[in-house]
Amino acid sequence: MGKKETPSQIKGKKVDCDKNCYSEATENHPERKTRFETLSGIEVKNLYTRDDIAHLDYEKDIGFPGVYPFLRGVHSTMYRGRLWTMRQFAGFGSAEETNQRYKYLLEHGETGLSVAFDYPTLYGYDTDHPLARGEFGKCGVAISSLKDMEILFSSIPIDKITTSMTINGPAAVVWAFYIANAENRGISKDIIGGTIQNDILKEYIAQKSFIFPPEPSMRLIVDTFEYGYKFVPRWNTISISGYHIREAGSTAVQELAFTLGDGLEYVRWAMKRGLKIDDFAPRLSFFFNAHNDFFEEIAKYRAARRIWARELKKLGAKKNRSLLMRFHTQTAGCSLTAQQPEINITRVALQALSAVLGGTQSLHTNSMDEALALPSEKAVRIALRTQQIIAEESGVISTVDPLGGSYYVEWLTDKMEEETYKYWDRVEQLGGVISAIEKGFFQREIAQAAYKYQKEIDEKRRIVVGVNDYTIDEPIEIPILKMDEKGEERQINRLKKLRRDRDNSKMQKNLERLRKAAEGDDNLMPYILDCVHSYATLGETCQVLRDVFGEYKELAIY
Amino acid sequence: MNRKIRVLIAKPGLDGHVRSAKIVARALRDAGMEVIYTGLHQTADMIVEAAIQEDVDVVGLSLLSGAHMTLFVDVSRLLKEKGLNDVIVVGGGIIPEEDVSKLKKEGIVGVFGPGTPCDKIVDFIKKNVKR
Repeated sequence: MGKKETPSQIKGKKVDCDKNCYSEATENHPERKTRFETLSGIEVKNLYTRDDIAHLDYEKDIGFPGVYPFLRGVHSTMYRGRLWTMRQFAGFGSAEETNQRYKYLLEHGETGLSVAFDYPTLYGYDTDHPLARGEFGKCGVAISSLKDMEILFSSIPIDKITTSMTINGPAAVVWAFYIANAENRGISKDIIGGTIQNDILKEYIAQKSFIFPPEPSMRLIVDTFEYGYKFVPRWNTISISGYHIREAGSTAVQELAFTLGDGLEYVRWAMKRGLKIDDFAPRLSFFFNAHNDFFEEIAKYRAARRIWARELKKLGAKKNRSLLMRFHTQTAGCSLTAQQPEINITRVALQALSAVLGGTQSLHTNSMDEALALPSEKAVRIALRTQQIIAEESGVISTVDPLGGSYYVEWLTDKMEEETYKYWDRVEQLGGVISAIEKGFFQREIAQAAYKYQKEIDEKRRIVVGVNDYTIDEPIEIPILKMDEKGEERQINRLKKLRRDRDNSKMQKNLERLRKAAEGDDNLMPYILDCVHSYATLGETCQVLRDVFGEYKELAIY
Repeated sequence: MNRKIRVLIAKPGLDGHVRSAKIVARALRDAGMEVIYTGLHQTADMIVEAAIQEDVDVVGLSLLSGAHMTLFVDVSRLLKEKGLNDVIVVGGGIIPEEDVSKLKKEGIVGVFGPGTPCDKIVDFIKKNVKR
């Protein structure tokens, strides 16, 4: 009694079990499928034992939360100390409407803000640009100038609450709007906190809201890194994102490998510029998807932390803050069904739980109606309540990394890591991340995975409840969010007035200074700030940069 | 001889969601059709011009940004204006039920929402193609 069994003894037992009970059981009652696998296609065995993780060294490979390699979490107390930030991505119509939505969310217990911009804003166009036709406020809020930013955050305490902004191509300009707005309100820029997504590599790979070619885009990003750690030290100047890679159809393994690969590419560019890794790396943050395969998602987050810590150490980072990976998670929009939309609440709850068990720092839960339209207030509230139930009722937050040491989860974590390094070898052979983008490598890998997934659903090899099984015939009745029809007109009038009322010669001078600086090598952030302070619009500022840098055109492949 | 059905898959406007457009393009190709994919950021003029140049039977529009009432209708009207009456227009994306009937009135004969099996789109095209 009480004598510990060695792994080889366990192995013996498992062999016995495999030979006797398991094979007997499967002979009498064959398993439902000949092969079980994760969403990434990793084969899953019937049982995991100590043997499967015998090669892992507890201290070195698993360890403790808050210390290298951070597999078990970035803080030693995790959610016992502080809950994750409940941060719902929101934005539609005009700045006025979205400001109201933010206040609604804050009233209901949201703890951080997250801005969704409309397509014209994402591409650096003002609302009155011809290419903005039909898109005003459709899948985010339209922000064309500092004026709009002032309205977006009016009566919101931006000295206390942090704001995440999903903006990439024109990230430097939109960040400048935010900083300028704070300054005008008498809030110093070293106090404000938040995140700009600012991850252009995954735009080329998946999300597609790019403006400039890779080289000047990377320069602008490194400019924000440098400006950030010097002057806006509480700001995450990038959110290196797997979310959109996954939404575009990648597997969990691809999401992990491509995202961390992108992350290292940013680090290399910043170091090449001469920035010190321990200056900028603490402000790098990440953003992952929470999809359906519960344990695979958890393994993904855990593996991400361990790989990042190891790779940053290899690159010479010394500070703990540089080595630890902090990330935001959003549940998988692409997993939501238009059919029987209410059941999306259950999907989101499971996905959100995986993010929490994986140690996320902030979380967005999708609303049940998002496969149909922008979410209604009620749908958003239920999504937020889902997080609150996990936090307040489920008990999963009582201990740190409750799945640490699980044979299956540790094995899968290790497996995800192994697959990541295999992908990196392939990217290396293609000449690195940017060259692989230009060759369409990531895009093809993702399109292939997406097509495979869809075929599995079409052929019913993969069941999606309510779509290809358990279907019902009923009209889909979901209240659709109505937007203020006058919003666009009001926005265009505001732009006209702004262009008339501002000091246009001062503004033009600032734009000219930005143009000269863009032609040279200065950090562009101070020039951009001058432009936006003098009320140059987003479109005007980006046009100067378009003139100097050119625009990126991608290969049309499917 | 049977001519293959020719389809233009187009992404109008600024929307960058390409997953479903690419899936449908592959599915139609696997079903034996000739597929031309425009890539991103197409104006109505560009799409109609490509439809003429490529001599297609079908224009398939994909949009998840919510701008379908403007951009799908632009393409459909311009095709008619240019006299391409035997080209059918279909579309897909995040499209609320109440917009579907409006789009059909505007000549977007097939509208496919999330969860549509690819076969359904293939069959629809085969059945409705005009030449």
